[in-house]
Amino acid sequence: MSVGAAEVVPAGELTFLEPVGEIAARSPLQLFWRRFRRDRVAIVSLAFVIFLAIVALAAPLIVKLLGLPGPYTQNLNLTDEFGSPLGPSAAHPFGVDQLGHDVMSRVIYGTRVSLEVGIIGTAIATTIGVVLGTVAGYYRGWVDTALSRTVDVVLSIPILLLGLGIGAACAVRGCLGGAVSPGTSTIIFLISLATWTYIYRLTRGLVLSLREREFVEASRALGASDARIMFREIVPNLVAPVIVYATLQIPLNILLEASLSFLGVGVRPPTASWGQMIAAATPIFNTAWWYMVFPGAALLLTVLAFNLLGDGLRDALNPRTAR
Amino acid sequence: MQLRIKLGREARGALAKDRTSGDAVSQTMTRYIIRRLLWGVLLLIVVAALLFLMFRYLPTADPAKLRAGRLQSPQIIAEIRHTYGLDKSLPAQFWLYMKNLFLHFNLGYSYYSNAPVKELLFNRLPATLSLVFGGAIVWVITGLSVGIISARRAGSRLDRASMSSALVLVSAPEYWLGLIVLYLFAADIGRVHIFPGAGSYVGLTYDPVKWFESLILPWLVVAAGSAAIYARLIRGSLIETMGEDYIRTARAKGLPERTVVLRHGVRAAINPVVTVLGVDIGVLLGSSVLVETVFNIPGIGRLNYIAITHADFPIVQGTVLFAALVIIVANIIVDIAYAYLDPRVRYS
Repeated sequence: MSVGAAEVVPAGELTFLEPVGEIAARSPLQLFWRRFRRDRVAIVSLAFVIFLAIVALAAPLIVKLLGLPGPYTQNLNLTDEFGSPLGPSAAHPFGVDQLGHDVMSRVIYGTRVSLEVGIIGTAIATTIGVVLGTVAGYYRGWVDTALSRTVDVVLSIPILLLGLGIGAACAVRGCLGGAVSPGTSTIIFLISLATWTYIYRLTRGLVLSLREREFVEASRALGASDARIMFREIVPNLVAPVIVYATLQIPLNILLEASLSFLGVGVRPPTASWGQMIAAATPIFNTAWWYMVFPGAALLLTVLAFNLLGDGLRDALNPRTAR
Repeated sequence: MQLRIKLGREARGALAKDRTSGDAVSQTMTRYIIRRLLWGVLLLIVVAALLFLMFRYLPTADPAKLRAGRLQSPQIIAEIRHTYGLDKSLPAQFWLYMKNLFLHFNLGYSYYSNAPVKELLFNRLPATLSLVFGGAIVWVITGLSVGIISARRAGSRLDRASMSSALVLVSAPEYWLGLIVLYLFAADIGRVHIFPGAGSYVGLTYDPVKWFESLILPWLVVAAGSAAIYARLIRGSLIETMGEDYIRTARAKGLPERTVVLRHGVRAAINPVVTVLGVDIGVLLGSSVLVETVFNIPGIGRLNYIAITHADFPIVQGTVLFAALVIIVANIIVDIAYAYLDPRVRYS
């Protein structure tokens, strides 16, 4: 990293340099970007995540451009005389399934479900976790005890089994008087219910130490309200760790959705979801390998990209852990 | 109440013993253990209550109607309501449920077959335990050895290769990995016929050799993701530990490198692994449903999978509660083990 132009210039010419411009300190964001940019793996995974987002948003357009049939188009002419689906071909690069759906088209549409659940679910859980964690860490005492014990309760229930229960309960007509409808909103409900606990623990720990710092004391001396101290003074300091944690939580939530859909209590057909496609492929995977392989590979790559991106963000935001 | 009295007596006994030996360390330890156990019991009560409310209110269908199945005449439904106490007030139902649960470990009866859930769970337990503990052995051994070797050669090609594959394994869904290994190696349908495929599970007491063979693939699949996480964990922890001063001291006094790494380095670096191991076994008990479904192993997970297709909520509820019990107990064991390893914990 260059330290500044002044060092390389001979002493006599220094006077010329002064009007050229003041040396501005780099903002934390610039510092972060300079470090992040050099991490090739992280840049590639960021590019892949952006690519996924575009695929999800423009799924109908992409399917049309590739000349594929829509994800709900059935065509039984594409199965052989025994009802087995046909494998990859020029017209159907990822093959077709038992009902003659184009697998590639469904994999493309499956991106929507995964990203929706991963990003919206994580966003809701992160918001809940940060707010409650800040409140608990700031006020301590009985508020902290009550919230932290609640977290202990939530964490002692295995999330996948809880998801099976909630998924099965909400599968047919939704639940909570129709507030939670079956499918993606059930899964987002489950994620919000169960995973805020991780962010909560992280936030609470950080706030416990931040609240003792001088800037908090200073702003209290200036007469700031508790709410202002918590959310305008303390929370901005949490941005880096929370972003890293949330990014690493997204792939876990994507896997959770896929697992629940695989077990038949998540996203239901005809909506395309990768987990549910793998489940549908299970009875025929030894003859129609493509139906199992492609949705799984999409899932693997997506989860991997988010994991690598999270690792890259952590290294760039916290130089001490750089390896 | 009874439990607390019993605990109190045990504690007094233990304390008396302590006083005679004059051992202050084990006294704080006992106090710590008691505090931990009481909290565990309370936690279990709250989880049980929460699950009761959840499974009572979330499903839109009437439990009596679900139990009646196809025989939906008003008389039968009324009869069911009466037999299972569904006509009582909610607090009365809750009391009945908690009483049955804590006095008889009665988890209710299946809607579908009317069999007691406790019996169904215990019948399926051996298969799940075989899967989980066998898998845990595989994952701890591979995870630790890969992690230690990687840490010793941090930055080398071997390290980078094993850490990259670890990351891929962490990201792969286990049921998909299961299908892939079946596609490649299963004796019946695989490309290369090596290991017994799905549905080949037999009980340990029935035929130990077949039991072992049938579980090789499931163990590998169960262990893959967790071993990868452990390898990353121990690698990071060991690299940090090896930079400590006492490691330099150990080297300076001329200990062989092997002893320095294993006796001084790994011993300290293993702490974070101990904390997560107990919890992970508990969590795995829950997520065994995925691997059991793929390999058709008749365990608790498979029981649940079938229960869901019948909307058989008592089984699902009983399993969640059972898994929560295992996680709570595992957490207590881990905390106690940790308190032995690190004295600071006892006084907090």
